[in-house]
Amino acid sequence: MNRIAGKWIILAILVIAVIIPLVVTNKYYMNILIMSGIWSIVALSLNLILGYTGQVNLAHGAFFGIGAYASALLMLKLKLGFWLALPFAAAIAGFFGFLIGLPALRTRGSYFAIGTLCFNIIVTLIVDRWEGLTEGARGLMGIPGPGPIPLPWGGEISFKTMAAQYYLVLCFLLLTIFVLRRIIQSLVGRTFRAIRGNEELAEAVGISAMKTKLLSFTISCFFAGVGGVLYASYIGFLSPELTDYHVSFDALIYVMIGGVGTIVGPIIGTLLIVTIPEMLHIAAEFRLLLYGLILIVMIIYLPRGIVGWIKGLKGKRRQEVVWEKS
Amino acid sequence: MGEILKVHGLTRHFGGLAAVMDLSFGVQSGEILSLIGPNGAGKTTVFNLITGTLLPTQGEVVFQDHKITGLRPYETTSLGIARTFQTTSLFYDETVLDNLIVSYHCRTRMGLWDALFQTGRSREDERRCCQKAEEILKFIGLSERASEFARNIPQESQKRLALGVALVTEPKLLLLDEPTGGLTEEENIGMMGLIQKVRTRGITVLLIEHKMKIVMNISDRIIVLNYGQKIAEGSPQEVGGNSAVIEAYLGVGYGKN
Repeated sequence: MNRIAGKWIILAILVIAVIIPLVVTNKYYMNILIMSGIWSIVALSLNLILGYTGQVNLAHGAFFGIGAYASALLMLKLKLGFWLALPFAAAIAGFFGFLIGLPALRTRGSYFAIGTLCFNIIVTLIVDRWEGLTEGARGLMGIPGPGPIPLPWGGEISFKTMAAQYYLVLCFLLLTIFVLRRIIQSLVGRTFRAIRGNEELAEAVGISAMKTKLLSFTISCFFAGVGGVLYASYIGFLSPELTDYHVSFDALIYVMIGGVGTIVGPIIGTLLIVTIPEMLHIAAEFRLLLYGLILIVMIIYLPRGIVGWIKGLKGKRRQEVVWEKS
Repeated sequence: MGEILKVHGLTRHFGGLAAVMDLSFGVQSGEILSLIGPNGAGKTTVFNLITGTLLPTQGEVVFQDHKITGLRPYETTSLGIARTFQTTSLFYDETVLDNLIVSYHCRTRMGLWDALFQTGRSREDERRCCQKAEEILKFIGLSERASEFARNIPQESQKRLALGVALVTEPKLLLLDEPTGGLTEEENIGMMGLIQKVRTRGITVLLIEHKMKIVMNISDRIIVLNYGQKIAEGSPQEVGGNSAVIEAYLGVGYGKN
């Protein structure tokens, strides 16, 4: 595929994404799309540390939850508005990522995975037990949605309708893609990939592994927090399960299925896994069973996910062309 | 010229085993100094101690009059010490050119903000990276393979690339750990030429090598290690005639003839 064709495809997808709310008026489908958007942000952010930096972070649910709870508490207890709570809560999630990264990123491979998983469980426990702050298992209720944005020429953009909520999430999804793409394609992103590819050599050519991993992890947690804030204000209710390691594994599955270390992969993975079970009306218990099966099949046959597989096909074709030439 | 690197009483224990014992030597600026010795003599450990991959149990390393003992590998690289590894180490999933570009990162100054807002500094740094990578690519003779994945190129090219990755960091001292391991006779000559070309750039070379033909040909001086200790030091001729060296390589009895 040449670059121009790629640009047209992206433009077409954007146009479709923008006109969807005009065509789809069914609230149920809109809800699925909004949720897909929020989870895409979470999956994309996980992919930065997992796919591009090669560190298997199993605490992403915790950072999503920290962002969600932080924004809810800022809005409910400190009466901050959504637009102020959003950057603060995301920064808090990022800051926790930094703190946890300091000890956890000293370990490698499966030790890092286990370490982050333990942290996730601790966070869920704290959220569950610290009733004075988080209301424990009763959950936080009545989290306000985003306030209207006044327009300079009078009037305002309000977020009361489903369509408006959808556009809000779409904007943040695009912003996330934009920022992550900038990072990944820069020299900074190259150092992330260097760590993934060969940490020993990366240090030998003057890249500080610790600083690089910490940077990637903090950014990743920041955007997980953004996802959490959007979720909290959209649903309006939070309970400790939302910080749970199940959330981490969900995000992991979205990334794995879509394609590790690609930009569109996590979005495709999220869309498929969020929408298909809903469409087929599969009960929650069977969903987990289905996840398990899909994951086993994927890991054996398509370890690089759907997008990785397609890229591989193209690469093979290109190699064959070279072969014929020589 | 003076000494670019000095090692004083360097010692490293692994449990009860002394891999390197009270080793002292200096590297003259601009020379090719070879470190030889039987398997397990502690040559690679010396490299790891100089670059900071391992901490010495005792002793110190001085580079250009600065004590660098205890610095991490990425810090010693920034100061100007680059290395290659015994088993060829590359960013295998990246292209040849990308291997070189990312390795120039330590000479750039852009940070996250520059990346996010694509500042002038980020564009300038990325341009410099590409320029430097292209230059080294030509120097190691791999321009033809620039866009191939490091994984897919032949072993000899991989060895050249590994050397290029080290060179791109703009070192003053280059540590090469068996750059000709696994190469054919013909390829050896090419690699030797490349190492000599490196020296003409004003880079000092410290070389670990097993192939005596190469060692005798390109070294200005040779240090022989056995059981972590220096048993001989001198010009190729001096070392070649040294009975302790012959004993270490061939066994007791041969050295007396």
